[in-house]
Amino acid sequence: MKHYDVIVIGGGHAGTEAAHASARMGAQTALVTMSRDGIGVMSCNPAIGGLGKGHLVREIDAMDGVMGRVADKAGIQFRLLNRRKGPAVQGPRAQADRKIYRTEMLRETEGQKNLQIVEGEVVDFLMDGPTVSGVLLADGTTLNATSVVLTTGTFLRGVIHIGDESHQGGRMGDRASVKLAERIDSFGLPMGRLKTGTPPRLDGRTINWDILEEQPGDDEPVLFSFLSDEISAPQVACGITHTNEATHKIIRENLGRSAMYGGHIDGVGPRYCPSIEDKVVRFADKESHQVFLEPEGVDDYTVYPNGISTSLPADVQEAYVRSMVGLENAVILQPGYAIEYDYIDPRALSSTLGVRTVEGLYLAGQINGTTGYEEAAAQGLVAGLNAALSAQEKEPVIFSRSDSYIGVMIDDLTTRGVTEPYRMFTSRAEFRLSLRADNADQRLTPLAIELGCVSGERIEAFECKLNALTLVKERLSSELYTPKELQTAGLSVNQDGSRRTGFQVLAFPDICFEDLIPLNSSLTDTPTEVRRQIERDALYATYIQRQKKEIDLLKKDEGLRIPGDFDFASLAGLSNELKTKILAARPETMAQAARIDGMTPAALTLILARVKRGVGKKSA
Amino acid sequence: MDTIFAQASAPGRAGVAVIRISGPQAFAIAQKISGKRLEGRTSVLRNLQDSAGEVIDQALVLSFPGPNSFTGEDVIEFQLHGSIAVVRAMLSTLSEFPDTRIAEAGEFTRRALENEKLDLAQVEGLADLIEAETEAQRKQAVRVLSGHLGARVEDWRKDLIRAAALLEATIDFADEEVPIDVTPEVNELLTKVGAELKAEIRGTHVAERVRSGFEVAIIGPPNAGKSTLLNALAGRDAAITSEVAGTTRDVIEVRMDLCGLPVTLLDTAGLRDSEDQIEAIGIERAIERSRLADLRVFLASPGESLMVSPEAEDIVLIPKADLVSNSENGISGKTGQGVSDLIARIQTTLSKRSSGIGLATHERHRVALEQAVSCLGEVDAILTRGPDFYDLAAEELRFAIRALESLVGRIDVENLLDEIFTSFCVGK
Repeated sequence: MKHYDVIVIGGGHAGTEAAHASARMGAQTALVTMSRDGIGVMSCNPAIGGLGKGHLVREIDAMDGVMGRVADKAGIQFRLLNRRKGPAVQGPRAQADRKIYRTEMLRETEGQKNLQIVEGEVVDFLMDGPTVSGVLLADGTTLNATSVVLTTGTFLRGVIHIGDESHQGGRMGDRASVKLAERIDSFGLPMGRLKTGTPPRLDGRTINWDILEEQPGDDEPVLFSFLSDEISAPQVACGITHTNEATHKIIRENLGRSAMYGGHIDGVGPRYCPSIEDKVVRFADKESHQVFLEPEGVDDYTVYPNGISTSLPADVQEAYVRSMVGLENAVILQPGYAIEYDYIDPRALSSTLGVRTVEGLYLAGQINGTTGYEEAAAQGLVAGLNAALSAQEKEPVIFSRSDSYIGVMIDDLTTRGVTEPYRMFTSRAEFRLSLRADNADQRLTPLAIELGCVSGERIEAFECKLNALTLVKERLSSELYTPKELQTAGLSVNQDGSRRTGFQVLAFPDICFEDLIPLNSSLTDTPTEVRRQIERDALYATYIQRQKKEIDLLKKDEGLRIPGDFDFASLAGLSNELKTKILAARPETMAQAARIDGMTPAALTLILARVKRGVGKKSA
Repeated sequence: MDTIFAQASAPGRAGVAVIRISGPQAFAIAQKISGKRLEGRTSVLRNLQDSAGEVIDQALVLSFPGPNSFTGEDVIEFQLHGSIAVVRAMLSTLSEFPDTRIAEAGEFTRRALENEKLDLAQVEGLADLIEAETEAQRKQAVRVLSGHLGARVEDWRKDLIRAAALLEATIDFADEEVPIDVTPEVNELLTKVGAELKAEIRGTHVAERVRSGFEVAIIGPPNAGKSTLLNALAGRDAAITSEVAGTTRDVIEVRMDLCGLPVTLLDTAGLRDSEDQIEAIGIERAIERSRLADLRVFLASPGESLMVSPEAEDIVLIPKADLVSNSENGISGKTGQGVSDLIARIQTTLSKRSSGIGLATHERHRVALEQAVSCLGEVDAILTRGPDFYDLAAEELRFAIRALESLVGRIDVENLLDEIFTSFCVGK
């Protein structure tokens, strides 16, 4: 029987990132997927990044993950969202060529040392008592492993709905993993049901692009990876059309035939990504909704109409699609559908994404109640690293809310659970001004280097950038300028007589790095990316200073660990509601306990007092 | 968990002494000492015995089964005869039980907090209630104790979170169809909360006064009878009086309950140009303290000008009314003439002020409120720079919300608690 350190089940965005992370750690890793062609498939919209999501991709890249590099190669339209707003809330996003993404991801995966792709359907876990010790494939093959990462996406009891028709299946054309679901049931983990929808895919050759508004990419594309310096795929524009009164009328008249409105679906869908049925019903006074027509590739005529996901029957889909300008003759290649699936309450996981009650098992991606490729990949990274660390009998790696969006997400998931598919937003990160996409490398690459999951090329590039930054920061803080000197150099600051460093001067709006060069000629040779980064640091300097206090407090609370066997059930005097929430979340630190929804100061004090007294442990 | 006990009443001889026990052993201990079973929430008269079977005292035993007790745990209160020897014998008997010990400072209250019987603001209210000397202080403490401040903060927090959500929507859904201009509603919410916070801050000054007392300064020229008036108001000889001008050198304070309001009366040196160095210092102090006081009572003959001028609401009276013929608006500490009128006037003025009282009563509350107000001011300023700066506005708003949350103890709980609990003594 073949033995691996880590087996990753599933070749989607969580699975590939998990397998790569584990292999980079030097763990012998198997990626088990039903089909090699399924690796790196984008089953929903053909885009990577966005607000909050772009941050995640940058952070994955900072840990030397694959998503950013592959997305840069596959990108056919790059846009930096919120370009006019502050740098902390800007999000890189790219339209990706589905085929390039898939082939590049496969190439990266085949080329990764310590990583082997195994084609097969996992039908069961091998168990060693309560510990997962490997997997059984449908053809009877058994594979042993110290750690197993499960990334089954929507495959757990997935049901696809198109109008009033429904059938079992993960995504279109795939089998649902019913047998595996039964095994997972036997673990007795808390589970729930979620739903998500997709729009119909259109034949781009039947769209009248000439009369549609065009949305081009940025003139200066912002890439994901800190190692990428240019785009490689040809660039395209997206089109924009709108729903209208006729569209809405068709939808309203057929609501009864919608799976979601016809009562065929019980799962909870995301509020921020409503189906077109939802939009028409809930925002009845809105006469029109935007629809982005996103090409799925440069030599692929499939178009993804972003904004009209649906579970209406195919004939209704065709009718409402054709009611829109430019789509009068559009042909639907594949009707939109809604999918319902099981997820495991992520509060059953620890911060490593390991299942608390099942040793050796890690979960990542949609199975944890999240949505989105980037969220899945980021969890894959965390689960893969920790699965490998555990197999190597090393200490786990925990991401903090104060160092990354990854930390924010893992903490949100494992302490608060989910009520709808979880998606990243910049507003979820309280330390947003310091957790920027542009400094993801400075926040995380040192950690990655320490773990040993980074290529030599990246270490070199990172140290080079860090040296440049340090040097320029020194130059900017070593000299003080009087307002008079600054005025002579053409810089307008308050004539208040106080002397300022170059760094402080940069905090003034309307002053950029280039304006400082006349004051200090040694700044001339500063690389562009370093200039921009220094400007961003200067802009937020005062806020970041203030946040540092909060971060120190948080770190202190994170340092106050609650023992794993702490007896939450015996806490006296708590309301039943709060007790249920605490028991579900089983916080590992005081910081996590403090963030449990509905937590009160009194309850927190109680836990703290017990932890400090060293009581509250279950007696043996 | 240990069972804790302590004397809950003031130490020393008294009519009744109260000893309180809280914790899992409370009922078992009480049954052992009183020799009979205790059931439910009762009050019974029992003979209490020590471990040797000697009777310590006959006492009223009040039993409060948890969670319906002060601490949320099982609680027993013994109402003993207030003898030092009896209390000492009781405490020594109690300390013989296993897993039972004397309570640390504030530990009863801490357990109440831990068992969600009180929230942080309520704990502070309780500390005030115990320390309350006057009726107005008691009322204020009860108001805090009943959790009104927490509810108020929750309302503000909700409004600010709503405003933050509006800003965040334009940031996180920039690519989608959200209203571009959210500023009208955000401004409306900020203005409303800002105004309420400011009103509350004004109220904290009054509340602080009710807690720590209003200062009323008596000022006037030398030998106007200020010290005599102070003694008359205080009902005792607090200040030395003599015919010699300039007898009072330092500021003399007398704390009293003026119809429910805590008032500190200040007797000050007579105001005049003095060659005497010590008297000059006293006069300087008199001017300084009277300026800071909440209210000034001037003893001055008509047309007499002093080194300090009266402010609005200050009281100006003609001194030594017993010696002048026209005694309208006159006062005499010696005969008591006009004294009750003066008390009534002071009381009316201060009561009027204390009606503007807020729910926030502590310095800690005021600092947090002012922090929030200052952040809201920043938000306001940043918003005028347009949507491109919403990331900064959102950050200030988040900070304002955090400041308010700190009021009800949501963050940094530990430090806050340490501070609160150090101001407690055993048994409360």
